[in-house]
Amino acid sequence: MTTKIVIGLDGTETGERAIAFAKDLAARISSCELLVVYVIEWSPFTFQTPEENAQRHKRREEEIELATTRIVTPAVDALNAAGFTAHGIVRHGDVAETLNAITVENGGNQIVVGRASADGFKKRLFGSSTQNLVMHADVPVTVVN
Amino acid sequence: MTMFRNLSLAAIASMFASPVLAQDATGLDDRINQAFADFTGPFVSFIFAPFPGTGFPWIVGWLVVAATVFSLYFAFVQFRFFGHAISLVKGDYSDPNDAGEVSHFQALATALSGTVGLGNIAGVAVAVGIGGPGATFWMIVAGLLGMASKFTECTLGVKYRNEYEDGTVSGGPMYYMSKGFNELGLPGGKILAVLFSIFCILGALGGGNMFQANQAHQQIAGIVGDFPGWITGLIFAGIVFAVIVGGLKSIARVTEKVVPFMGIMYVLAALVIIIMHADQIGWAFGQIFAGAFTGLGVAGGMVGALIQGFRRAAFSNEAGVGSAAIAHSAVRTKEPITEGFVSLLEPFIDTVVICTMTALVIIITQQLIVDPETGNYMLNEAGNAIATVDGNSGVSLTSAAFASAFGWFPYVLAVAVVLFAFSTMISWSYYGLKAWTYLFGEGHTTELVFKVIFCVFVVIGAAANLGPVIDFSDAAIFAMAVVNVFALYFLMKVVRQELASYAGRLKSGEIRKFSH
Repeated sequence: MTTKIVIGLDGTETGERAIAFAKDLAARISSCELLVVYVIEWSPFTFQTPEENAQRHKRREEEIELATTRIVTPAVDALNAAGFTAHGIVRHGDVAETLNAITVENGGNQIVVGRASADGFKKRLFGSSTQNLVMHADVPVTVVN
Repeated sequence: MTMFRNLSLAAIASMFASPVLAQDATGLDDRINQAFADFTGPFVSFIFAPFPGTGFPWIVGWLVVAATVFSLYFAFVQFRFFGHAISLVKGDYSDPNDAGEVSHFQALATALSGTVGLGNIAGVAVAVGIGGPGATFWMIVAGLLGMASKFTECTLGVKYRNEYEDGTVSGGPMYYMSKGFNELGLPGGKILAVLFSIFCILGALGGGNMFQANQAHQQIAGIVGDFPGWITGLIFAGIVFAVIVGGLKSIARVTEKVVPFMGIMYVLAALVIIIMHADQIGWAFGQIFAGAFTGLGVAGGMVGALIQGFRRAAFSNEAGVGSAAIAHSAVRTKEPITEGFVSLLEPFIDTVVICTMTALVIIITQQLIVDPETGNYMLNEAGNAIATVDGNSGVSLTSAAFASAFGWFPYVLAVAVVLFAFSTMISWSYYGLKAWTYLFGEGHTTELVFKVIFCVFVVIGAAANLGPVIDFSDAAIFAMAVVNVFALYFLMKVVRQELASYAGRLKSGEIRKFSH
């Protein structure tokens, strides 16, 4: 049976450490697939101007394009070149919720993320995305320091 | 909505109360006003003309009849699908793969920020001040009926919008008039669309801009003391310019976040006051029901209460005017009718909730003076409104009612009014722009011309005594309703087909909730 490891990237160097850890883990498993995920932080409950609404679709496409070409595709290509089987997904949403949802949808066995740092106030109030993920995920989560 | 003709005239007049300003204002301003009034007078008189023998403006009747027709035609869709509308706003039916697009909640919040404003704060005070507590009842009835009008126009707005290759969208009544009429093989759609666009541009520059700037200046001057309006105008124009021309989204974002907060705070403060007077809630509702059918001694009796209630509701929630259809068109949904369901919550929140809160606070804090002998309301000296504590009316009546419980609230209210005015201006700048680009084509230069004109009118609105212009702009906004409702009568069968199809698929389980 193929083990599927989901790697959550956030565009910073912590993501690199998460990839390195996942590669190490995958190398020890005979049949392993890697799923590289980048979640664009977004909430359906924010307030926007009419003009922002009218341009939203265009912006969304641009955001997905940017995340795909700058972050996800290079990571997936590098993994494939290193002999791993890897795919990539970019989606908007709450980072912790969406990462978990994508993992469940794709039959992922575990999630590997880097330790993200949130702003002081926001972190105290809501906890970081990593904390939320660890608390609510349906599969084991590894947080790489 | 924030059109408020009588109050605005009084407010503008008071702006020039200082002798120095009055001297500056006379002369050229007076001549411009006179010329403009002579030119636009017949149009304004026509739009606001009462039915013969009554004080009931036919335009209000036009909107209420339309709302009633749509309510019956769609078998009271506003009640049958109310729960479904809330589910849609919560995102229960949103596909996670569409995350990042404009959500139903965002479209609703954006449209609401264009309607919640002075109409809810000052307009209601006038309705209750003239029509008595009974006006509240008729206001709620008109708000509930208006939900069907919003449903109809917003469904069509999404269905017939233009989607461009670069991913942006343009929609609104002008698009469903031209494309919808064409699809049904009806003539005249293009003419209606052009007429609507002209009225929309005029309404955006007037009621959606100059009047807002003027009222914002009144509020600021009320706190810091009288000063020339052009200063407020220039500051406001600068901020509006930075947002709509400079693309300085941060200001708009801050406003869009603060405005809902202000709205919620306003409702909470009203709720606290109502709870503080919990023993009188029964009495207040008794007054509202008794006044709705007897008038309780108010000038004009039951009919007077009915006129005021209907009028303020129509002025406040814009149902049938067509503006909301422009705002809601941005949502990319596979089912246009879902946006119709969501939009029917607007008149409910604007009129049934917020306006009713204002009315209850005014009634329950006993701002309206009752004759102890008869139990009826006493009229003021002029005999045209109910006598109030300290003779307040309009914004000052609402302000006094809230101040009776919280002494500091008038300051919060003033800030709220200024912010509401700003967010209404941002919304209407977009509505006007869409009408402008419909007439003159999309393009950076075309859009820039309108945006600069819009900013110039901010200064004019705050600085000058423009009573006739504001009358004309209000008339233009209601002229939008004349054209829009006319088109809706022809296009409503399209909405009924959409409704039947959607309701069938919802019942069969083809359309179902996503697990989030």
